[in-house]
Amino acid sequence: MGVANLGLYNQAIILFAALALFTSFIMLAQGRMMPLIFTFAWQGLLLAVVSVLVAIVSKHPELYVSAALTFTLKVVLIPWLLYRLSVQLNMQYDAEAIEHPTLLLLGGVALVIFSYFVAQSIVHLSGLATRNTIAVSIAIELLGMLLMCVRKSAVAQVIGFMSMESGIFFAAVVSTYGMPLVVELGVAFDILVAAILFGVFFFHLRDSFGSLNVGQFNRLSEANQPMPLRDAAGEHSSGGPHPPGEPS
Amino acid sequence: MTLLEVTLLVPLLGGLLLAVVGHRPVAGWINVAVGVVTFGAALVMALEVFARGPQLSGGRMFYIDAFNVYLVVLTAFVGLTTSIFSRPYMRHEVERGRVTDRRLRLYHSMYQCFLFSMLLALSTNNLGVLWVAMELATLTTVLLVSLYRTPEAIEAAWKYFILCGVGIAQALFGTVLIYFAAENKLGADRDDTLLWTVLHGSAGANLDPAVITLAFVFLLVGYGTKVGLVPLHNWLPDAHSEGPTPMSAVLSGLLLNVALYALVRVKMLVDASLHTNLAGHLMMGFGLLSFTVAGLFLHRQHDVKRMFSYSSIEHMGLITFGFGMGGALATFGALLHMTVHSLTKSAIFITVGHACQLAGTQRIDQIRGLIRTQPAIGWGLLIGTVAIAGFPPFGVFISEFLLLMATMKSWPWLTIPLLVGFGVAFAGLFRHMQRMVFGEPPPKQKPVEANMLPVVVHLLLVLLLGLAIPGFLSRWFEQATVLISGASPL
Amino acid sequence: MDSELTAWALAAAQALLFIAAAPLLAGWVQRVKCHAQNRAAPAVWQPYRNLAKLLRKKMLLAENASWLFRAVPYIVFGAMLLAAAVVPLIAVNLPSAAIADMIVLVAFFALARFFTALAGLDIGTAFGGMGASREMMVSALAEPAMLMAVFTLSMTASTTNLSVATGYVLQSGLVLRPSFLFALLALTMVAVAETSRVPVDNPATHLELTMLHEAMILEYGGRHLALIEWASQIKLMIYSVLIVDFFFPWGIATGFSAAALAVGALAVAAKLMLLAVILVVWETVLAKMRLFRVPQFLGFAFMLSLLAMLTHVVLETGG
Repeated sequence: MGVANLGLYNQAIILFAALALFTSFIMLAQGRMMPLIFTFAWQGLLLAVVSVLVAIVSKHPELYVSAALTFTLKVVLIPWLLYRLSVQLNMQYDAEAIEHPTLLLLGGVALVIFSYFVAQSIVHLSGLATRNTIAVSIAIELLGMLLMCVRKSAVAQVIGFMSMESGIFFAAVVSTYGMPLVVELGVAFDILVAAILFGVFFFHLRDSFGSLNVGQFNRLSEANQPMPLRDAAGEHSSGGPHPPGEPS
Repeated sequence: MTLLEVTLLVPLLGGLLLAVVGHRPVAGWINVAVGVVTFGAALVMALEVFARGPQLSGGRMFYIDAFNVYLVVLTAFVGLTTSIFSRPYMRHEVERGRVTDRRLRLYHSMYQCFLFSMLLALSTNNLGVLWVAMELATLTTVLLVSLYRTPEAIEAAWKYFILCGVGIAQALFGTVLIYFAAENKLGADRDDTLLWTVLHGSAGANLDPAVITLAFVFLLVGYGTKVGLVPLHNWLPDAHSEGPTPMSAVLSGLLLNVALYALVRVKMLVDASLHTNLAGHLMMGFGLLSFTVAGLFLHRQHDVKRMFSYSSIEHMGLITFGFGMGGALATFGALLHMTVHSLTKSAIFITVGHACQLAGTQRIDQIRGLIRTQPAIGWGLLIGTVAIAGFPPFGVFISEFLLLMATMKSWPWLTIPLLVGFGVAFAGLFRHMQRMVFGEPPPKQKPVEANMLPVVVHLLLVLLLGLAIPGFLSRWFEQATVLISGASPL
Repeated sequence: MDSELTAWALAAAQALLFIAAAPLLAGWVQRVKCHAQNRAAPAVWQPYRNLAKLLRKKMLLAENASWLFRAVPYIVFGAMLLAAAVVPLIAVNLPSAAIADMIVLVAFFALARFFTALAGLDIGTAFGGMGASREMMVSALAEPAMLMAVFTLSMTASTTNLSVATGYVLQSGLVLRPSFLFALLALTMVAVAETSRVPVDNPATHLELTMLHEAMILEYGGRHLALIEWASQIKLMIYSVLIVDFFFPWGIATGFSAAALAVGALAVAAKLMLLAVILVVWETVLAKMRLFRVPQFLGFAFMLSLLAMLTHVVLETGG
């Protein structure tokens, strides 16, 4: 059934879902920190609005809880937290050079096509008129994952992570009118704790590495393990896993 | 108050209490006491379940059957013994100045919260809550991995956080898909739809195959990341090698088990609705891959904790392979292997922790002559390694033998890679053992305060399981096997 | 027979009106822009005066200019004339609609661009070659984006015919289509690049380091320059009308009664004036970007049009 035959609310659901997908793409291409955070907040807002609309259309009042959770976490708390941290760490004007932006965006498009095919096999089970949005939710999740994979900045990785969670929440809303309440609250709690822990980690990262660029992480990669033949004596001073000191 | 509530609430309250007093000298003892109570309650509960069969409690929120009650007991037990070990170990770390008071408090508190989250994951009846508890387990351990605040520790913790976060998010999506499939069939009572008992009951048998297949793929990726299956294993060696050793012991001995438990639960569900072996084949493939790759990686390690964490990946791969194969014998073997691996590996990590404190480093080439400086540690490491490598008469030998037999029965040509894998892993483990244990100790090496009781108990248990599995234990395993595979091994 | 004749006459009149109004639109943009930037504004018909002056001027040709150089202004103007003839301005369902194909339209633009670039190369100056290469780079990136956006629309309307597609959108009323939103954005970005507006190019300057379009036509003068200028004004008009037709066609005449035509003319005039204001705001707010950023800009436009097509396939059909 074409979009023209749907009611206004359903049309709006589709429109906002598409816009949420668009914000995912914006985040992929956005290298500056502040706009990235704000785009993430916009995405949260769009998804919250979609949840409300689905609640109205399908007459599932429990979805208002999902919408409120999404709004509180993804629009208010997490962006505010990230914003505060960025200001505290004095990196609100930081920008990250994105390698091969066009390739990245095309990769994102490929992921959308992939999600479409994945969703094709399962949408027939849903009774919703707007069930095609399931594909969008999968795409948002996968795009979040792509964001995490290609970005080197810790903030961008966190945003990718949270965007993945948004996508999954959204999938739950459009496919099954949300999850059971206890699960939803549990997931929200986990996300909140994760956000706070990420904040703690920003400080740790800054203290240890001087920046939030996790691209320089290579101490533990399998290729960089210290070789056994090198003499042990000088090894510790070069920042080995343990502080130098007499074995006690 | 039921025994289950005690089992769950005691660690949680203990964690809260330790968040306040965790830096005091008495905290180590509180930690042990909490472990004792938890283990006691779990044991009594297990005997009850053993006698009366599966129990639903807490308004159908919790479900205990033979499969998970045995893991609950194992978790509580290893949690207890590791807490006994951690008391002197952490005191030593404080003396060396690697851990401040605040971090010690964090450590103790998070240790109990971690145990709580794992026990919750094991005992819950709700697949959604299972996910929440698994994520909680990550969240509680991530700060412990970075406890030492060295750049390596921070890097390891970040990797752990991000990789497990990505992985576990896939599992959430899989859970949503299962809910989606079930909601369609079961309809009305939405809050009950994710309950394991409902899903696995008669209604669960006809879930939509397309959705369930997709869900399983996502769940396999998700929980598989936590199990440490190759190619999603990258976080595991880092997190194990950089965190404090008690953490490595519980991560390796328990967390991996719990993640695998979640996977097996899902597999049972998928098998019931698909009527094909797709789930099993996927698990076999990933299991065998992990088994082989980790065995090879054992050879190029220079950090002793890293080496043993690769050994964990190898064994988890083997167990996943066993569960994937299905069938009564393989499932029995996998369950037994889960137990003996947990016990042996935590014993090894405990010994290795002491050995590292002794030598002041984790570098294999700098750990020398343990047996001369402190015979208990040297022998513990040697016997533990012998046990984990699968020598008779230890339990690991029996379970590996059973798995090999099962493979020979159903997939004869797969015995070859398994045998080669055993050989490779064996060589990888023993390459360095001789010098670490026997070699000439460095001049200033002095013994450390060590509590070898947990090691002795673990290894004795493993030996016992290798010599003769007690009757009640084998019946217990049999019950679990019947539950998982639908057939009795005996 | 008689009504068919009227219809053809109307089509011809519409085409003539189209090219006659093009400088007016340019003048309007100029005027609004001056107001927005607090400058003294020229009259709206200033472009007509410019054209008239250029047409009267004596022509000066470079010594090494070939016949190609002399032919290009006529080819370019001819292509634009034909393009303008097929775009429905006031009424749909005119007989000229039979050839009003979107792909043909894109081809007309490509033809004009190709010859402009040839002319830039023909004269052999450094600026000509540089401008030609830059223009080709921009167009190579802009064309796929434009085609994608156009395909999205034609997939929705199940036709590549401009007039029919406009009629379809008109008929289905207000539908919130995300694909149209994305296609509109993409088409706007392409239009900005193709008509040499800020931030891709600045039509008002002759700064050698930054100019694209102007560099190619630097050697033209008199009548030739007038034709080329006029052609680019028509191009701006075509893009504006396209956007209006696709996304806001309300008001366009479907019958040939005088009243309907008058409403159509008024509606399109109002919409174009509004669009021009938006363009001015856009040009005033944005700064011209570096040339090396242009591929990114157009890549984004391409991504948008691809997204438009995807959302059309994923969200708006099937189920």
